[in-house]
Amino acid sequence: MRISKVVQKIPPSGIRVFFDLVLGMKDVISLGVGEPDFVTPWNIRERAIDSIEKGCTSYTSNKGMVELRDAVSKYLKRKYALDYDPEEEILITVGVSEGSDLAFRAIVDPGEKVLVPEPYYVSYGPMTSLCGGKPVFIKTDPGNGFKITPKDIIRSCDSRTKGIILNYPNNPTGASYSKSELKNLADVIIKKDLILISDEIYGELTYDSEHVSIAAFPKMRERTIYLNGFSKAFAMTGWRIGYACGPADIIGAMTKIHQYTMMCVPIMSQFAALEALKASDRPVAEMKREYRRRRELVITRLNEIGLPCHKPEGAFYAFPSIKSSGLSSMDFSKELLKREKVAVVPGTAFGESGEGYVRISYASGIDKLKEALYRIERFIKTVKK
Amino acid sequence: MREILEILEKDARTTPEEIARMLGMAPKVVASTIKKLEKDGVILKYKAILNKEIDRIEDSAVRALIEVRITPQKNLGFESVAERIYKFPEVASCYLMSGAYDLLVVVEGKNINTVANFVAEKLSPMEHVRGTVTHFILKKYKEDGDILKTSEKNKRQAITL
Repeated sequence: MRISKVVQKIPPSGIRVFFDLVLGMKDVISLGVGEPDFVTPWNIRERAIDSIEKGCTSYTSNKGMVELRDAVSKYLKRKYALDYDPEEEILITVGVSEGSDLAFRAIVDPGEKVLVPEPYYVSYGPMTSLCGGKPVFIKTDPGNGFKITPKDIIRSCDSRTKGIILNYPNNPTGASYSKSELKNLADVIIKKDLILISDEIYGELTYDSEHVSIAAFPKMRERTIYLNGFSKAFAMTGWRIGYACGPADIIGAMTKIHQYTMMCVPIMSQFAALEALKASDRPVAEMKREYRRRRELVITRLNEIGLPCHKPEGAFYAFPSIKSSGLSSMDFSKELLKREKVAVVPGTAFGESGEGYVRISYASGIDKLKEALYRIERFIKTVKK
Repeated sequence: MREILEILEKDARTTPEEIARMLGMAPKVVASTIKKLEKDGVILKYKAILNKEIDRIEDSAVRALIEVRITPQKNLGFESVAERIYKFPEVASCYLMSGAYDLLVVVEGKNINTVANFVAEKLSPMEHVRGTVTHFILKKYKEDGDILKTSEKNKRQAITL
């Protein structure tokens, strides 16, 4: 067999078939997209073009340009009261995707376990498996807005549990945590001596309150790998750039892997990111206001239609229950696509407990959302008959 | 209130019900707020934004910016002359400016001759007008925040996680 056993063991994506079905269809309104519909603000694009014109086409320091690490450090201090040394504690990564991969590889030894609350972002499981670790999926309570509780953590830990990954605001549910909820989680994470990988890529897109970083709690900084990036808040998915922050030993270990595999993040993206941090408060705020309006529209309509849905606290996803249709998540998504040409993602893409739910992205224009919701309503009526 | 205006400025056809949903307000409150904004003149009117670069619409195919220097009148300043000028239907916009000239007048016409005639016969001979400089617009790229180009197709993939 040519393919390694480790890779063979990673289960194939169960919803690949569904994706292929979507790709083959024309004139679909897609609410299946995990990226902003906005284009990167012009000042950011212009800065990257300028850097190319000036001939900045070289490698940079493995960790990323020092100006950028400085800017990240200041930004995190200003936004979330986090305090990271740009020299030793910040690494510029190829998106949070690389950041989380490096985090798992830096801390997980073969046989060790990582707690992954469900529903989860698709990469966490395979990333854990790739370094020989074992993901332990924890089901969360839909009644509690799919939030993990301290009890969930305690009952899932054993002697081989090395760490836990949190993603909030969450993809796919949009759930986030308040300061007091985070405090309670932090207490058990410290008590159980776990390392926390905190994926806060959607942090800036928190609508009803201020996003709080769990890394800012006492005694959490030394055990937290904070991950963030530019893709979502700055509409920069294609630039592939993010950053990891944490204690120097862990960031050092991650940098070691990064320098042998990635060398550095493309320099043009780094210049763009620098501009994003320096002068993009206004476009970011505008996009955020627009998302919030869409959220209100989508959530109200879903509940009216008869697809009960928690109000997501952040990100740009709604995760309604489709149980009243009597269909499985996969069948619901397939039929909706076939009959009404609206694409959503079956909840099961994000773990078993996503059964009975679908992910609806509201990173689409208001007009498209209105039309799509009208079609979903029509679909529900025919299904229920 | 500011958010209602922001939504309407983007799309004037958004209904009060939809705005209410987006902002988590009662539809009645939104409707009455809009009524008041209309009454107070904050919202002047609702109209479509046409891209005349694509479909050249008659009577407005040519636009010129005209610098007008005028002699201000005692007690009235520039107001009365400005009013005389902006009341012409050919005048699309009219601004009082700082700097080398006084009024900036935007004139629309069917063709260059129409605009030239307007300047020669109406504007220049007007009392208190000391001189004009006419600039014809050759091409419009962006107007009032809208880029006049059919937007590029969305290149996002249909499904990404």
